[in-house]
Amino acid sequence: MYVAVKGGEQAIDAAHAWLAEERRGDPSIAELTVPQIRAQLALAVNRVMAEGSLYDPDLAALAIKQARGDLIEAVFLIRAYRTTLPRLGSSRPIDTGRMAVIRRVSATFKDLPGGQVLGPTFDYTHRLLDFTLMAEGETPPAQTRPAVQPAGQGPVDVPHVTAFLNRDGLIQTEAASDTPPPDLTREPMELPAARPLRLQALTRGDEGFVLSLAYSTQRGYGRTHAFIGELRIGSVAVELEIPELGFAVEIGDIELTECETVNQFTGSKTEPPQFTRGYGLVFGQSERKAISMSLVDRALRWKELGEDFVGAPAQDEEFVLMHADNVQATGFLEHIKLPHYVDFQSELELIRRLRAEATAAQEAAE
Amino acid sequence: MTAQDYNFAYLDEQTKRMIRRAILKGIAVPGYQVPFASREMPMPYGWGTGGVQVTAACLTPDDTLKVIDQGADDTTNAVSIRKFFQRTAGVAVTEATDQASIIQTRHRIPEAPLTEGQILVYQVPIPEPLRFLEPRETETRKMHELEEYGLMHVKLYEDIARHGTIATSYAYPVKVEGRYVMDPSPIPKFDNPKLSDSPAIQLFGAGREQRIYALPPYTQVVSLDFDDHPFVASKADHDCDLCGAGTSYLDEVITDDQGGRMFVCSDTDFCRARREAGHVGRLGTPAPSLEAAQ
Repeated sequence: MYVAVKGGEQAIDAAHAWLAEERRGDPSIAELTVPQIRAQLALAVNRVMAEGSLYDPDLAALAIKQARGDLIEAVFLIRAYRTTLPRLGSSRPIDTGRMAVIRRVSATFKDLPGGQVLGPTFDYTHRLLDFTLMAEGETPPAQTRPAVQPAGQGPVDVPHVTAFLNRDGLIQTEAASDTPPPDLTREPMELPAARPLRLQALTRGDEGFVLSLAYSTQRGYGRTHAFIGELRIGSVAVELEIPELGFAVEIGDIELTECETVNQFTGSKTEPPQFTRGYGLVFGQSERKAISMSLVDRALRWKELGEDFVGAPAQDEEFVLMHADNVQATGFLEHIKLPHYVDFQSELELIRRLRAEATAAQEAAE
Repeated sequence: MTAQDYNFAYLDEQTKRMIRRAILKGIAVPGYQVPFASREMPMPYGWGTGGVQVTAACLTPDDTLKVIDQGADDTTNAVSIRKFFQRTAGVAVTEATDQASIIQTRHRIPEAPLTEGQILVYQVPIPEPLRFLEPRETETRKMHELEEYGLMHVKLYEDIARHGTIATSYAYPVKVEGRYVMDPSPIPKFDNPKLSDSPAIQLFGAGREQRIYALPPYTQVVSLDFDDHPFVASKADHDCDLCGAGTSYLDEVITDDQGGRMFVCSDTDFCRARREAGHVGRLGTPAPSLEAAQ
């Protein structure tokens, strides 16, 4: 006798208990703490903050722990939490020119005001497994040298490379605007999107997706001839205007990666020959993402610069913006594992009928 | 997490107001897809976040909620969504279609006729009926504006030319009050006739795609077809093996590896009620409650 499958509720509860046990792993090994993740897996924490659109290293570390290291799942946890938070206000625009940089490199000028600062980068490490880490050897402290800014004077201005070019009129000027940017998380996406909305979508977009799109422009699918004018990482102050006080108060610092590309441009019907810009700004130390973002940003600007649409994916605003979000993408992708008995049944009947008709027609012909 | 940590039905009141406005607009313009600022819900996109947001915006403490997936109350995701609202809204829940004031569904319309005052909330994956003919939202919105549905008719015509029949068996497109072409969500086309002239309010929520649309009660909904190829609502050519119903939509269940199969009602509440009323199908046994009585 057939008994319909029941007990979904018990199965769900049991699955959750099993999942919790698997997350903890072997109990004879010390449990990973949230501060450890925050301090020692900082780049993962940064990615979760960037794609989760919430600057909170502690919660990001907690999400990584809860998600068993699945970063997209961690991003999802952060997003679902973020959406419940009230909006207290909007900060004043941050000033990356006053960033306390830990890293700042330009690929276009050998030296420049503010200097080149290599910073904590993987760039010139030899990718050899460090077995002392496996043996849990202590890392010797890094040498220190007087900082770029004289001690006790606070961060000096580190002017942007693109500003030097702009002074000579060699690079396209960005139009200043005081219009409040739209909020992707509070309004439905509307296309065509203005640049602030595009940048917002890119900065929280999936790192892998944005990387691949950027890479595709380098290989000729919408080539934009990008140089890294400047890549800088460091912390900037966030200021909030307090209406009762009538002035802005610093409420904290956030770490950011900013990338500005200088793109060769021979001019179009509407624009003279000049350098053009792509822009990337991402929470935390997230170089790959910031560079990718600036390349994709530049590729998406073909219309305003009077360039041709060559049909490259990275030029296609709707394609890029509608598919950049990994929480959306993974949800829709994975939902096909949910029951589809009903749809499949209707397809079965259709295929059987079509086959029967085709077979009958074939037999009639013979 | 306790229910007290969150607002009634999880969403904050501002968000519910925003969703209710979208619902009202949808009801005012039947079949039109209203953009709304869909929130990230604590369950993944694709699991019914649109339907959950619509349900959350409609729920009051006096409501009785029913949740089905594939017609069944006991599929895992239906269980999970029902539990979510029990936890966050504390509302009464039921499996009986006629007892529910709000029914959230995925892929089916219940067999039992709905009544005035009921709300049927559909979970929608892709709200745009033209999406697989034209991937760009910027284009399809224009097509709806201009009532330019030629592409859809060409697709249906090509189906007939190629297969002799319209090769769409679920998410079968409909026209609402002679104006908007609408995706009824991936319900089997068997359910399409129930969309039209329903006494209940029908609301459609697509979370990831940020769209809500609606059918007010007694709206005329016509499945697209041609005069010489009229729409036919089809189902498996069997009776339910548990309750013997000949008019309900059936799931096919594989019972062995020798080609054995049976057909059972996809609507579990409908099947249960019939069995409790004494109907027995080919492979069925009397309902447990009757068995106990004997």
